[in-house]
Amino acid sequence: MRYLPLTDGDRAAMLAVIGAPSVDALFVDVPEAARLDGPIAGLPLHAGEQAVERHMSRLAARNLSAADAPFFLGAGAYRHHVPATVDHLIQRGEFLTAYTPYQPEIAQGTLQTLFEFQTQVARLLGCDVANASMYDGSTAAWEAIVMARRITKRGRVVLSGGVHPHYVSTIQTMARFTRDTIVYTPPRLEAACDEAELIAGIDAETSCVVVQYPDILGRLPDLAAIADAAHAAGALLVAVVTEPVALGAISSPGELGADIVVGEGQSLGVGLQFGGPYLGLFATREKFVRQMPGRLCGETVDAMGKRSFVLTLSTREQHIRREKATSNICTNSGLCALAFTIHLTLLGEKGLRALAAENHRLACHVADRLATIPGVEVVNDTFFNEFAIRIGRDARQIVRELAAKNVLAGVSLGRLYPGEAELADGLLVVVTETVSDEDVDALVAGLKELLA
Amino acid sequence: MSALNASGWTPGTPQTAAVAPAGATVSGNRGLMLEEKLIFEIGTTETTGVDLPEAAAGGRTRLGARARTAPIGLPGLSEPETIRHYTRLSRQNYAIDCGIFPLGSCTMKHNPRLNEKIARLPGFADLHPLAPEATVQGALAVMQELAEWLVALTGMHSVAMSPKAGAHGELCGILCMRAALEARGDTREVILVPESAHGTNPATAAFAGYRVEGIPATPEGRVNVDNLVARLGPDVAGVMITNPNTCGLFEREMRTISDAVHAAGGFVYCDGANFNAIVGRVRPGDLGIDAMHINLHKTFSTPHGGGGPGSGPVVLSEALAPFAPLPFVQRQANGSLRLIEEESADKVSPDAFGRMSAFHGQMGMFTRALAYILSHGADGLRQVSGDAVLNANYVLRSLDDLLNAPFGASGPCMHEALFSDHSFARGISTLDVAKALIDEGFHPMTMYFPLVVHGAMLIEPTECESKAALDQFIASLRAIAERANEGDETLAQAPAFSPRRRVDETAAARKPRLVWTEPVGAAATVTVPS
Repeated sequence: MRYLPLTDGDRAAMLAVIGAPSVDALFVDVPEAARLDGPIAGLPLHAGEQAVERHMSRLAARNLSAADAPFFLGAGAYRHHVPATVDHLIQRGEFLTAYTPYQPEIAQGTLQTLFEFQTQVARLLGCDVANASMYDGSTAAWEAIVMARRITKRGRVVLSGGVHPHYVSTIQTMARFTRDTIVYTPPRLEAACDEAELIAGIDAETSCVVVQYPDILGRLPDLAAIADAAHAAGALLVAVVTEPVALGAISSPGELGADIVVGEGQSLGVGLQFGGPYLGLFATREKFVRQMPGRLCGETVDAMGKRSFVLTLSTREQHIRREKATSNICTNSGLCALAFTIHLTLLGEKGLRALAAENHRLACHVADRLATIPGVEVVNDTFFNEFAIRIGRDARQIVRELAAKNVLAGVSLGRLYPGEAELADGLLVVVTETVSDEDVDALVAGLKELLA
Repeated sequence: MSALNASGWTPGTPQTAAVAPAGATVSGNRGLMLEEKLIFEIGTTETTGVDLPEAAAGGRTRLGARARTAPIGLPGLSEPETIRHYTRLSRQNYAIDCGIFPLGSCTMKHNPRLNEKIARLPGFADLHPLAPEATVQGALAVMQELAEWLVALTGMHSVAMSPKAGAHGELCGILCMRAALEARGDTREVILVPESAHGTNPATAAFAGYRVEGIPATPEGRVNVDNLVARLGPDVAGVMITNPNTCGLFEREMRTISDAVHAAGGFVYCDGANFNAIVGRVRPGDLGIDAMHINLHKTFSTPHGGGGPGSGPVVLSEALAPFAPLPFVQRQANGSLRLIEEESADKVSPDAFGRMSAFHGQMGMFTRALAYILSHGADGLRQVSGDAVLNANYVLRSLDDLLNAPFGASGPCMHEALFSDHSFARGISTLDVAKALIDEGFHPMTMYFPLVVHGAMLIEPTECESKAALDQFIASLRAIAERANEGDETLAQAPAFSPRRRVDETAAARKPRLVWTEPVGAAATVTVPS
């Protein structure tokens, strides 16, 4: 087997040193009833590279990849062009095949990139500090709620209707077990966000208000007003960003008063990957740093006084604090964080702003074109690169029919909110720099035909 | 200027003869080892490594009052500068591609490049998680095929694929247990965790709302079964046991423990971090386990990437299967595959406890793990665990005359060899030995874990090391052990030959500097657009 270096001669020599008659004899502590005496029956045996590649390629070919169709899907996962440099660099074995940097003297490469990542994330989200990543945006959102509970000693959460419904499900699932109270109403398909309702819902028991920005319908809520109201009641504002590219065009949540900002970093460097692995972003105010979950990389010096980086404040973490840890997270999304950092370094401020501007320009253009189709109404007044339209028909069905015509038209609100009849004719459309004029023509033509 | 870095030296600062240590270079570089500043020190906000249309000024926007007005402060680099920066940094890392990485409990095995190639096929990599079902049948088939392998290899009833890492899998399993207990109106509130457990176990139980109680180990390094059984009762929701355990031993009494826990009305969670020792040889389902996570980034070779991503599917017993979270893949009567989400859950899986994360799991890890499993097959996986255990026992018996193996008399170890600091002379620590290994060109073993052994050194060579590589590692560690036992104080100076000498962790924690800030009084490197 190509991944196993030992020869039979090696094995015999090693068994002699050990003093065991066979490899099987090393499993003497396994009760005989539980010991299998040969390969598990009914499973295939080993296969060469070609056979494996052929099998997997056939499975891949049964999918319609985003590159092979006009593509307008978003709702928490965004397709951006990732420069070839990013994937090349993260495939360097020194990054790809390293472990969590527990031995800093021989892990400065990983540690310095994490320090760069933390600084980039903190600046992008408008916060003082950021951690070295979480699993994804949805789990980061729950961790933010747990952190707000630790800080405020309160257990009531006011959740905006604009939060991604899968994030809401994740939060509600966890809250069911931890007994946190979650106040939530699904969104209405209208231009206005739910700031007034959120503010009215804050009370003296509220630990935090959780607001997505841009929200699930692509709208841009007034975070500053919500922050003021939350702070007046002793609660925190948790902002959720699922499309960080937007922050090249709009003010960051931290600038607008958010206390904890979490996000999904996938759209920079990581790629769609059918939902994972993705990259949880987590940033906050300096005064809350010891309440943060996850790994933190800090600056220090080595014995010769040279600047060095090291994992720090680990007394918050499970391997030291065990059941008193701020979170159970161990492995996070290190390599995705590296991809994010390299992509953002290639962009820089100038590139990020240009990318955001291009996304917004194209999205405005497509919104205007869609609005000319009889039966289509653009819901949003404000948006970045994603917006909702009403099409007067069951959008799930239209999405399926367009997919059959090789157009990936968007995410239907019916799929995201299966129980909400009033949202059934809503369709989320995202337009990034990857969309071409021909793609837009195909979407417009397809919708026109089906809605006629 | 940082108080930590009193000299103010950063990479690229010329060192004058007056301040440079003897033998130092002007650049601070040493041959192929190139020092590198931070992007914030070498980039500018006017530099970019991508070509994008210049933003047209004055066009209509739909950003409203949220339009950005302030600068962000993100430096950019051109493409060649970017490649050099990260390439230089990469060379300051040790990695499995460089040599043995014997971190006990972490299973640092070879990462086949075929798997990288497959994960990047556009049909997998460029696929949106919410694309219509009819357009993602191949992706669902990967999830289904991998799920079938995991169920067969563990002898369990079913598997929840969505957890994103081992600790997330633990949480999934514990929530399944809790949902099953609540479904029968049972409000048990205690989880028992052996003292030798990974820190994630008690942290997970607490995160899920349970109270954690410890169970001691026996002198031979296994769970104290009498103690555990005596503690069972109507308040105990279950136990979390690692098998093979963190002392590198198989828990012989696992079946007895499971039966006792079940008889007392609780469930058995198994931490599957050490599954690599038994894959293809033992099915946890035969030991009475109710839930076990599988670290695809350990046993099934997906790359650790310097700290993730991982993937932690959880195999479940028949009793817990109905409570598995959404979403999951189900084969329909017509042969097509369907993703069961909230919409159909009421009909198909009314007891599902909810959702663990936004999408369906770590697809990029599923493709890699499936390619690895298909490459090995049932016979190869059995060889994997055999060679992993053989290598660990070879390390154990090649060193136990010099180093104290606290459980060396307990029989063969499984896939990791455990030593204590018992033989070291006064003043010499496990840390010193680990750092000396760095000078020998090796990544150290896991240090100070498990907690039940003083100065623990946990060595997991994995099946991917040749005998020659092991002999080299053993020779180095023997030499270091002799110095440690004799009290060679120069060990405290190690490492001397790595990119950094011993790093001051205490200083980092005392006054944390977690982001880069412009040095006070220095000219701004990061210029902001006016």
